[in-house]
Amino acid sequence: MPDVLIELFSEEIPARMQTRAAEDLRKLVTDGLVEAGLSYAHARAFSTPRRLVLALEGLSAESPTLREDRKGPKVGAPQQALDGFLRSTGLTMEQLHVHEDKKGAFYVAHFQKPGRPAAAILAEVLEKTIRSFPWPKSMRWGSGALRWVRPLHSIIALMVTEAGAEVVPLDIDGITAGNTTRGHRFMAPGAFTVSSFEDYAAKLKRAFVVLDAAERADMIEHEVKNRAFALGLEPIEDKGLLAEVAGLVEWPVVLMGEIGAEFLDLPPEVLQTSMREHQKFFSLKDASGRIVRFVTVANRETADNGATILKGNQKVLTARLSDAKFFWENDLRVVRNEGLTGMAEGLANVTFHNKLGSQKARIDRIAALAREIAPLVGASPDLAEEAARVAKADLRSSMVGEFPELQGTMGVYYAKAAGLPEAVANACKAHYQPLGPSDEVPSEPVSVAVALADKIDTLTGFWAIDEKPTGSKDPFALRRAALGVIRLVLERDASLPLTSNLANHIFLHRTGQTLASIEAMQAEYDRVLSDSNRIHAEAERGLVEQFPAAAEAAMVAKKGDLVRMKDHNDLLLAEVSEAVVRAADLLAFFHDRLKVFLKDQGIRHDVIDACLAMPGNDDLTLLVKRAEALSAFLKTDDGENLLQGFKRANNILTQAEAKDGVEYSFGAEAKFAETDEERALFAALDQAEAQIAPAMAAEDFAAAMSAMAALRAPIDAFFTAVQINTDNQIVRRNRLNLLHRIRTTCAGVADLTKLEG
Amino acid sequence: MSARAENSPVRPRSFQEVILRLQAYWAAKGCAILQPYDMEVGAGTFHPATTLRSLGSQPWAAAYVQPSRRPTDGRYGENPNRLQHYYQYQVLIKPSPPDLQELYLGSLDAIGIDTSLHDIRFVEDDWESPTLGAWGLGWEVWCDGMEVSQFTYFQQVGGHDCRPVSGELTYGLERLAMYVLGIDHVMDMPFNDPGSPIPLTYGDIFRQTEQEYSRHNFDGATTEMLLRHFEDAEAECEKLLAFEPQDPNSGKRIVMAHPAYDQCIKASHLFNLLDARGVISVTERQAYIGRVRALAKKCADAFVTTTAGGWVPESAAS
Repeated sequence: MPDVLIELFSEEIPARMQTRAAEDLRKLVTDGLVEAGLSYAHARAFSTPRRLVLALEGLSAESPTLREDRKGPKVGAPQQALDGFLRSTGLTMEQLHVHEDKKGAFYVAHFQKPGRPAAAILAEVLEKTIRSFPWPKSMRWGSGALRWVRPLHSIIALMVTEAGAEVVPLDIDGITAGNTTRGHRFMAPGAFTVSSFEDYAAKLKRAFVVLDAAERADMIEHEVKNRAFALGLEPIEDKGLLAEVAGLVEWPVVLMGEIGAEFLDLPPEVLQTSMREHQKFFSLKDASGRIVRFVTVANRETADNGATILKGNQKVLTARLSDAKFFWENDLRVVRNEGLTGMAEGLANVTFHNKLGSQKARIDRIAALAREIAPLVGASPDLAEEAARVAKADLRSSMVGEFPELQGTMGVYYAKAAGLPEAVANACKAHYQPLGPSDEVPSEPVSVAVALADKIDTLTGFWAIDEKPTGSKDPFALRRAALGVIRLVLERDASLPLTSNLANHIFLHRTGQTLASIEAMQAEYDRVLSDSNRIHAEAERGLVEQFPAAAEAAMVAKKGDLVRMKDHNDLLLAEVSEAVVRAADLLAFFHDRLKVFLKDQGIRHDVIDACLAMPGNDDLTLLVKRAEALSAFLKTDDGENLLQGFKRANNILTQAEAKDGVEYSFGAEAKFAETDEERALFAALDQAEAQIAPAMAAEDFAAAMSAMAALRAPIDAFFTAVQINTDNQIVRRNRLNLLHRIRTTCAGVADLTKLEG
Repeated sequence: MSARAENSPVRPRSFQEVILRLQAYWAAKGCAILQPYDMEVGAGTFHPATTLRSLGSQPWAAAYVQPSRRPTDGRYGENPNRLQHYYQYQVLIKPSPPDLQELYLGSLDAIGIDTSLHDIRFVEDDWESPTLGAWGLGWEVWCDGMEVSQFTYFQQVGGHDCRPVSGELTYGLERLAMYVLGIDHVMDMPFNDPGSPIPLTYGDIFRQTEQEYSRHNFDGATTEMLLRHFEDAEAECEKLLAFEPQDPNSGKRIVMAHPAYDQCIKASHLFNLLDARGVISVTERQAYIGRVRALAKKCADAFVTTTAGGWVPESAAS
């Protein structure tokens, strides 16, 4: 069983692509080999900045010999047919086989498809893999047509058996596979040959290349921790940076440096971001949380133990941090002199979206909405509005201009520097949250109000201009925003009627006016109308005889006003309907997101559908409570059986209604009951109805469910004892009407017809 | 590694020595050492020796210094490393040779960066020029954490696929020289040898012009005129390209790709000036960039119908 070593050696592969590429190499090659009939015991893939490597163990030496059958004529078929078959296969009668199936015996020609040596298959699979490699971005170089992530220089393709290593014959656009590679670009640039994976890995290590990215990451992490602990410091964990840095070096050498004292007062987030983004440095903090040292990872050892490298890095860092310090001090001066509102002023000139106006206009909308929402989430309307007005001010700060990822974080610092209340300051950052399904949901009421207003404004805005997410395209992260609203509302147990909020806000986006302003508009219209009437009446009475021309002109003008206003009113009324339609569509989007969210919590989508049919479904908290209660109920024995009973009643009723062409919806009377079971069901329904309505009104879903559960036994007993379809039409009609009562009573809790099973 | 290190000459002593060593190095590697293009450009890439010559099938190898202007980067000569007028060193080789990385590293050695003591890294940085309709893949090259060059394999220029692919190297000369010379403020950097009879610093030569141009760029330039000139350059570019290829005077086929491209360069610089004057809004910005790109594409279209652009007359082809 041969082993295989493949190395694709190129110019520097972007760090972010390496891990995925190694995995793609493993998958494409092994899939190709398996598809060609080979098997293997074990496959491992590796990546460094300059190489992708695959090590296969226990590959089959060749693909199995396969038999291919070709079906011929039936046994006993005319000789002519048989001759034809022999001619076409080139076989003799003796070489044919006889198979049998349901239709009888027939001749079959057996052909052997010989297996192929693994090396030939590997060469084909590797060539195909290289030519169609799924790089996120690839390029051509020189005069060639081959595409790779950066120029590909050499290929090792080696089959290793006890007899020795053999190069797999392969040539791709002039790159001939061999058994040669090179070490570290600077520390061991010479070429060397290898004879197996073990030999390769060992020689690479001697040539200052650590093949395994995980090992490089471990080395870095370990060394960073050691350096930190020796000084009583702690590294700030950053897995993303660790993975990236491990992809930038073949021979990691950790160097630690100091941060100039003049920069130690910068917020730690600023230090960390500047060092990470610009220089890929790790940050070390002291016990108080201040960042006091940096760690850089070089790609080589030097005669001066990295002194020159560290000095260079330190110099670049000083230049970078001088910029950051300048931004910080500049921003602080602005907020101390003009407040955060002063900083926010420039937002009028920043376009949020060309159809949704400036950031300033957006903030005005959010502030008004936050004020409305505040009481529903237990926040002070004044604070919520104030927070909304300053929450995005830091977008105009020089610091966020340089480091967009610090938006919100800087806002908190600047709000505090401006002397704003703690709750307002915190909202600057928290109102962006939750940023994803696993991000924290803000808990301070002011932050919640602004976070909700921000997200609802975004969603309604894009719904107003037809920029809804489609398929995998969601450029404005609207799904995330909707999930954010859902989590915020549920976490706070808030009762927020979405429909009116959404419709109002969509109307605002499309017309620039609030729905409330329509009333004012109507009043204005009435006023102009009465003015017009008055002038008209005065003219009639001859009061304006002296100035007939003026009165005439006034009347014409008023008439024009009226026509214009009426057109405008009609337009706005059409917009009201439009807003309502879009709000319903957006609510359905929320419901879809809610289903995804609740599915993770074990609540089935049909349970939610059953609850969606009930009034008040735009109150997500209420909706979820109903769904939870119904879900729990359906898991009980009573729930399961009641559902069956309900379905039976509903089916019989639906069929009867379809057959008779009438609706049995009214007038079941106990006096027509013939059996005790019927009478018991009447009584049970009376009782359940009496309990369900008030329980639902009080949002006591457990009580409503248990009232519904009490119907289970009477319904079961009823179906066991009573035949619905009797010859007595009065009794039959009465029973069908009784079934209808089961339907309506249960419908007071949820639409059980939506439930599956 | 040691071979290069041992051969390294001593550190250069001035800004001009860094330039002279790069010139000598790339000349020794076979590049034609060209002179700066005599127009205002934002980067060395705008030189027709790069933009146009990267198109078509003709081989090419050129290196040159290009004064570059970024009106918005003016800081009145006060910022230690930001200038509205600075120098780029540009190398363009077509097709890109297989040892271009090695050649590049050799140039660092030539200017006194001992690669056995420094940490040189190729960090992903894909290049795109929206105004030129161009993009390529490559790296920014880091020396001890500082970006010292851009290294790009051109894939498309002016909307045309580059076949063959050119390798482009761009060195920011001031920053690189400051690093090599150990200077913290650009104005303090020796321009000629500090031991010369009349030693001159970068500041002696450029502090005043940085002040004058900063004022000009931010406040002085007449925007109405700039807008008008932009329109003129755009119209002239299109007009020159609309001529019939056949020249009635000489009886030759003469496509005016370069004169038209000059107008495209002009339009681009005028746009940069307008941008510095703050009279272009965010949405207008995209529209202006699109207009310059449209010109660049038309110039590229024209260039590939010229001999230098690899065009072969039909009579010769058949």
